[in-house]
Amino acid sequence: MRIVIPVEEKSMGSNVSEIFGRTPYFLIYDKENKKEEFIENTASNSRGGAGIKAAQIVVDNKGDVLLTPQCGRNATDVIKGAEIKIYKTESRSVKENIEKFNTGTLLPLDNIHSGFHGHGEK
Amino acid sequence: MKQLLILSGKGGTGKTTIASSFIKLSSAKAFADCDVDAPNLHLVMEDFSTPKISDYYGLDKAYINQDKCVKCGLCMENCRFDAIGLRDNYEVDYFECEGCGVCEEICPVDAIELRPVIAGELKLYDDKKIFSTAQLKMGNGNSGLLVTEVKKQMKTAIGETEIAIIDGSPGIGCPVIASISGVDMVLIVVEPSISGINDMKRIINTAGNFGTKIAICVNKYDTNIEKSNEIKDFADKYDIKFIGNIPFDIEAVKAINSGKSIVDIDCKAREAIEDVYKKTINMLIK
Amino acid sequence: MKIAVLSGKGGTGKTLLSVNLASVADNAEYIDCDVEEPNGYLFFKPENIEIEKVNVKIPEVNQELCNGCRKCVDFCKYNALAYINEKLVIFDDICHSCSGCTLFCPQNALTEKEKNIGEIQRGISNGINITTGIMNTGEASGTSIIKNILKEDFNKKDITIIDSPPGSACIVMETIKDVDYCILVAEPTLFGVHNLNMVHELVNLFGKSYGVVLNKDFDGKNPAEDFCLDNNIKILGRIPFDSELGKINSEGIIAARENEKYKKIFSNILQRVIKEVEQGEAIINS
Repeated sequence: MRIVIPVEEKSMGSNVSEIFGRTPYFLIYDKENKKEEFIENTASNSRGGAGIKAAQIVVDNKGDVLLTPQCGRNATDVIKGAEIKIYKTESRSVKENIEKFNTGTLLPLDNIHSGFHGHGEK
Repeated sequence: MKQLLILSGKGGTGKTTIASSFIKLSSAKAFADCDVDAPNLHLVMEDFSTPKISDYYGLDKAYINQDKCVKCGLCMENCRFDAIGLRDNYEVDYFECEGCGVCEEICPVDAIELRPVIAGELKLYDDKKIFSTAQLKMGNGNSGLLVTEVKKQMKTAIGETEIAIIDGSPGIGCPVIASISGVDMVLIVVEPSISGINDMKRIINTAGNFGTKIAICVNKYDTNIEKSNEIKDFADKYDIKFIGNIPFDIEAVKAINSGKSIVDIDCKAREAIEDVYKKTINMLIK
Repeated sequence: MKIAVLSGKGGTGKTLLSVNLASVADNAEYIDCDVEEPNGYLFFKPENIEIEKVNVKIPEVNQELCNGCRKCVDFCKYNALAYINEKLVIFDDICHSCSGCTLFCPQNALTEKEKNIGEIQRGISNGINITTGIMNTGEASGTSIIKNILKEDFNKKDITIIDSPPGSACIVMETIKDVDYCILVAEPTLFGVHNLNMVHELVNLFGKSYGVVLNKDFDGKNPAEDFCLDNNIKILGRIPFDSELGKINSEGIIAARENEKYKKIFSNILQRVIKEVEQGEAIINS
């Protein structure tokens, strides 16, 4: 299973990036082989549509799950379209979030968002 | 770091006035002004030396190399933005060009390329407190990238700190989404008018998508009590935290115009803002 | 005679002035180009409304012809396309309608379809023609709506008042291109001056004749007035700071229709502007 996380630096000691679309890097962590790989997020400099392009990168790198503090609507559409599951990170530390994901304590991101939808009827 | 974002939808609701009061009241050391179409917060920031300035590149724009151009007209014919005109030569209208790249791709002799263009500047005031902002050049629209850069610049400069206060972009588009991205709480400043309420609803929609904490305060509430009540009812109905009413106060306007903040003087608006501030910070750090 | 009303930021009283100027003119037309937040119709409540839909072209994919080469995904500067699970996905609200993807698809798998981005409403209120551009929430740009509104011939009426979008971005340039005169509305605050300065640069860049109306004018220091005096800018008139006027306005009522006192204020401003335009023409014709 390949776990993808937006990160601030290219190291396992890094923090999770607060933003998805414009994160500088992605960590791709292979759960079974315990191998890590860092890739540049070429979407980070986009003037618009950064979330979509970043999501495409996650898809192209064959992620199975995405751990992120938040994810915009368009990016979510891409990620879910590729049947990648999204979980909400809890703390800043990358390592902690991987452990929590492994023990099944991270919550799916959509559970947190629902309940806000429909507010302020357009 | 807990980040508070202040938003308003339409302009003129007093968002910047409230942001500047918060800055005075707060012991926070990190601030950003993402309202880059019309950044104003620096006008009330005292004790700052000259900012560090760096260029910001917006959308690339088409450039035609006249030496290579064979005047076939394909670029003009295919430009959907009417950005290419013919006088003696084919020329690109800088303001109309949206950098889509169709002309570059379609040109049979490679005479056109997209070039990065400076769209504005990022400014960083780095003294005892950090203040990050930007200024766009005329005819350039705000973008999510620029807002992200302004916030990133603030974070890099301050490192770890307890609280950061960010003045958000107006409107509801990409810059607003970029403003909300990564913050812990959004305070919406609403004006009691039909259009003010309209805008408030649109922001709640956008912020709701991010699962961010939301609170509402009404500015100049006494200019239309019925509309203010309507806002409070709306907040209650949708279980959004209503955090307070701030009265209109002519003394406050006078204070700002003489270069002071509302909290520098004794007036009724001051008490209300202090109360809103306390409640906001409590909600932010909880 | 076409007159555009501008302001550096929202909430300065641009709509208040536009609506009331159109109301006091004898034979007028009011056009709301503030397509993101059109509010003028809330005041005029026009009748006999005819609606014209405004569409742009966006791509549509034939998945059977698409072979997944991704040329379009790579080409699109706005990241409006993604290729997921062997399917091309198009994000309509990000698309800028440049047509590049359709033009360059090697398989001809993309075609264009019409997409509605807003509408133009035309109606009548007390003999005044009211045109309103309305952009759907979440669309990237309302420029094409404004282009559609302004391509019409407006010389049927003596006075055309154009309520323009706030700020100084491209969309404002589109609005003022063909007008005879620009009125800049300014608030008497430090913030107001900063924004006034930006619009002031814009109208200069386009070589337009212009003057300033000071809104919320009251005794005391008025930084906007100082700015005009320092820069030799004509002050066309003043709208007093007046809580009654504010209340009337926040209810969506046209002050000049309600009360002789306000009618006089706006009539005087309009007469002054007409004089300015005629004098300007006299200079050009002599």
